[in-house]
Formats: sequence, structure tokens, C-alpha cells
Amino acid sequence: MLGSYRAELLKLRKRSAVWVLFGAGLVLSLVFGYLLPYLGYATGDDNQQTSGVPRAQVLRGLLPERVLDNTIGGFPVFAGALALVLGAIVVGGEYTWGTLKTILTQKPGRGAMLAGQLLGLLTMLAVWVLGTFVACALCSVGIAAAENAPMSWPGAVDILQALAGGWLVLTMWCLAGVVLAVAFRNVALPIGLGVVWILGVEALLAGVVSSLLPALEFLSDAMPGANAGALVFSVTGMIAADAPPGVRDAVSGERALLTLLGYTLVFALLAAVTTRRRDVV
Amino acid sequence: MSETAAPLVEVTGLTKRYGDTLAVNGVDLTVRPGEVYGFLGPNGAGKTTTLRILTGLIAPTSGTVRVLGGAPGQAQVLARTGSMIESPAFYPYLSGLDNLRLLAEYAEVPRARIHEVLALVDLTDRARDRFSTYSLGMKQRLGVAAALLKDPELVILDEPTNGLDPAGMRDMRRLIRELGADGRTVLLSSHLLGEVQQICDRVGIISEGKMVAEHNVEELRGQQELVIRAAPRESARSVLTEALGADTVHLYDDTLRVKVAPDRAAEVNRVLVEAGIAVSELRSTERALEDVFFELTTTQPEEKADVG
Repeated sequence: MLGSYRAELLKLRKRSAVWVLFGAGLVLSLVFGYLLPYLGYATGDDNQQTSGVPRAQVLRGLLPERVLDNTIGGFPVFAGALALVLGAIVVGGEYTWGTLKTILTQKPGRGAMLAGQLLGLLTMLAVWVLGTFVACALCSVGIAAAENAPMSWPGAVDILQALAGGWLVLTMWCLAGVVLAVAFRNVALPIGLGVVWILGVEALLAGVVSSLLPALEFLSDAMPGANAGALVFSVTGMIAADAPPGVRDAVSGERALLTLLGYTLVFALLAAVTTRRRDVV
Repeated sequence: MSETAAPLVEVTGLTKRYGDTLAVNGVDLTVRPGEVYGFLGPNGAGKTTTLRILTGLIAPTSGTVRVLGGAPGQAQVLARTGSMIESPAFYPYLSGLDNLRLLAEYAEVPRARIHEVLALVDLTDRARDRFSTYSLGMKQRLGVAAALLKDPELVILDEPTNGLDPAGMRDMRRLIRELGADGRTVLLSSHLLGEVQQICDRVGIISEGKMVAEHNVEELRGQQELVIRAAPRESARSVLTEALGADTVHLYDDTLRVKVAPDRAAEVNRVLVEAGIAVSELRSTERALEDVFFELTTTQPEEKADVG
């Protein structure tokens, strides 16, 4: 299985689409986490974006003490969608290029091949999370230095907890992309369905439930996006008013963690069972 | 080639059904150690489906399949089998070299072997170019290189000369012959009959999912004859009967048919000329594999009814 893992890392490392997705995630984090708020802060109280929010509060959100908010705040929705695309292109590509048969006629069993593939993806997602954290930390240090503001950091445990939580959120969405790609043996359809789900259906469902069908709230609270948002809310200790789209305390942190682990496990099992049992045509 | 050793590939009653379609219908197939076996059939006859089953890519609906003593797709079987099924499929954004590198990782093969196989298929110079920039022939050669990566005992090649230019086809034929000469067993699927006739020891012919013949090439083509037009004909017949034996010489229409190998044509001609007989025509009749193939794969209406 080590051979499959090394092969997968080689494929991921050399695929430009993987780095484009990471780059897009990073740019989104930096633009919405630092650039736009800092522009708002710098241009003063009249700025529409900071309307009603004291400048000191805007600045506080950009300093090292809030670095975790900006690192993983976008993971439940935007970065999650990118992680889903990553899973779909990596696994779906094996079907559209026909490379699955090339791999499977070498030596690895189907289980070992998929395990190597999933471990490779998890590794790249960890690189993504760490890379985003480092970039956000550098931005916050730069802003703190420029504004002569305090440079206090979250505790090490809080940092580890938040990064692990963010990694779990991306992993869950990435595996959703994987399982859709295995199911449809394709790239485009899984991406289309997955992104529509993340960006549209869940929010729509939550809106309908809260306004028209409150009795069905348990259903919207069981959705992967709601739990991803709740986990991020929990591990960052974010203030509800500062929370980005998709981050809210829909359920407790513990429940969100267990639900996300459950989704991750189910997606991995579904992908494994389908890959092992189905003909490669 | 050993006819007594245990077969490397042994298929009995193999059937594969996709819904209402019977893609492979009760196929029996045996590939012996060290032989180059040609698996022939028209497009859609079931060749690739059979080969996919042999490599564990798809599961048979029924029948038994043993490859190198094990079940298809088992790790220990795949470790000794190299295959290229249908068109070669690689990662377009990687170079040929990187594609082989990652396959070597999957197969747990030393990296030094990569350069050996690239040299074997004459791709060393373009190895660092992206796969997406390769011509069809280069892709095909990379596919064969990937099949040989594990230095396998059994090589399964599905239409290996597809897309190759005449020189590439010649090189590929030579490579396959060399693989056979090295003691490897080659199972080669093709619909290029001249190619199979040139390089294969035995052939199996599949048509509409059914195996219609499995013989060595010469058996399948039948015994060769010399056709002779000579005068006086009766004198020619008695001269040849005396020289070659009564069972060898037959009268057919206005020609004599002599059952000897074509390379004895000069000897037969000399016997007749020395006896004062005028020879106006002397040629060998050879049934090409193509003739046999079309005889066997021309579907009869009652056969068609059996195939879904």
C-alpha cells in the first residue's frame, strides 16, 4: 500500500489542477479574511463594508489572536466546495482517462489502490490547511506590525484543534467528491451536483425549514454543511456576528465532530465497496 | 513452447453477460507456457471482454478462469502478468517517464527497470515529454513498456499494433517475437490476420462471443499443395506418383495436385523436366489465415440466434 500512496503523491504533486484549487482556496481566505476587511478598516468609518462595526473591532479580527477564524472560517462552504472538486477530479479522472485499468493491471488490489488514493488526498488537504494557516499568520503579523497592535496568539492546543477541525471539514467534502466520482465514473457530474449541494441546496433547505417547517429542523441540522459550520464555529470560538457564511452554532461541537466523522466514514466505505465490486469497463 | 506443461491460462465455459447482451458465450481457451497465442476475432466479438476478465478488471458471469495457477486479479498473479488492454491509458499531464515511475511504484518494481523498458520500445528520447503530446504510435509503445515493466512471465497485449505506422508495426512484431523467443508467454489479441500468421504459434478465433477454433496456425491453414499444369498430363502423373508416392498426387480438374511443402517446388519441376514433360504452371496453394478466419466467422443465421 505504501507504493500506492507514493504513486498517488506523485500524481497529485505534479497535477496543476490540484495547485490551482489550493491557490483559489488560499486567495479566497486572504481576500475575504484580510484584504477586504483591512481595506475597510483603513478607509475609515464611512466604508460600507464596516458600516456599524467599530474600526477597533475590525482590526481585532485581523490580528494574530483571530488567525484561526480567518484560516478555517471559509472551510465549510467555499473551501469545502473546492475540496469536493479536488476529490471529484482526482478520482473521476481515473475513469475518464481510463487509467484505473492501467493501475489495476499492475499489482495493487482495488482496496490498496483506493486507500493509497485517499491517503494521498488527506496528505494534500493537510498541506492545504497548513499552507492557509501559515499565509494567514503572516498576514496577521504584517497587519499587527503595521498597526502597532498586540501580537498575542491562540494557544497551541487551540491551534491544533482548529487546524484538525478544518482538515476534517475539508476531508469530509473531499470524500463526498470521491464517492460521487466513483458513483458516476465521471468528473463533471459529481462537481456539478456537489457544488450545487454545498452552495445552494443546504442553505435553501435550512431557510425553508427555519421559516416554514421548524419541526424538520433535526433534518437540516444533520446535513454535512450545517455540521461543518458548527464544528468550525466551535473550534474557533467565533462570535456569531463575525461568522462568515455557513458558520453557525447549529449543533454542539461534539455532535458536529461525530456527525462529520460519520459522514467521512460512510463516504469512504461507499467508495471502497463500489470500487471493489464493480467491473472496470 | 511446451505442450505438456500446465497451461498458463486456462479458461473453461467462460460467459459474460451485460443485461440482455451475451458478450462472451461459453469460451474455452488454453495458453501454454512459452507460446505466442493469437486471439482473433472481428470487432465486438468478445476479445477485449475476455482479456479484461483474464486481468481481473471484470468478473465473469460464469465459467472458470485460471491464470498462472491463480484467480485473475490476485496480487501474486498480477505481479507475474503484464498487460495492455484496449487503448493505452495514461495521465496526460505527466511525462512518459513519470507515468512509468508511478506504475513502478504501484507494481513495486525497481526504477532501473523503467529505463530498460523505455529502451525496449524505443521511447528513451521522448520519455520526458508529456504523454498528451505523444502520437498514437508512441502511446501504444508506452503501453507495451508498461506491460513489460514487471518483467512478466505472461504478457497480454490487446491490439498492440493499433495506430502504428508500417515501421512501427514491424518493430512491434519483432518485439513480440523476441518476447516469445525469451521464453515469455504472449497472449495477443488482434484482427490483423497477417500479423498473427507471422508471429503466433497458436490461434484461437472468437466470433460473436463464441470460440470457433483453437489450433496452431499451420493446422488451421490446412495442408499446403502444389498445383501443376503439365503435358502430357497422364505421363506427369505417373512420373510424380513414382517419385513421390501415390497418396501424394491427385488429379483435380485439369491440374495435378501434389501434397508437398512449397519449398519442394523446384525438385518437382526438375523431376518432370528430366522426364521430358512440359510444365506450363507450377504454384503452391496456401490458404491464408484470413481465408480461414472469414470461413469461421461468417455467421450462420442459427448461430446468430444463440448470441444475445
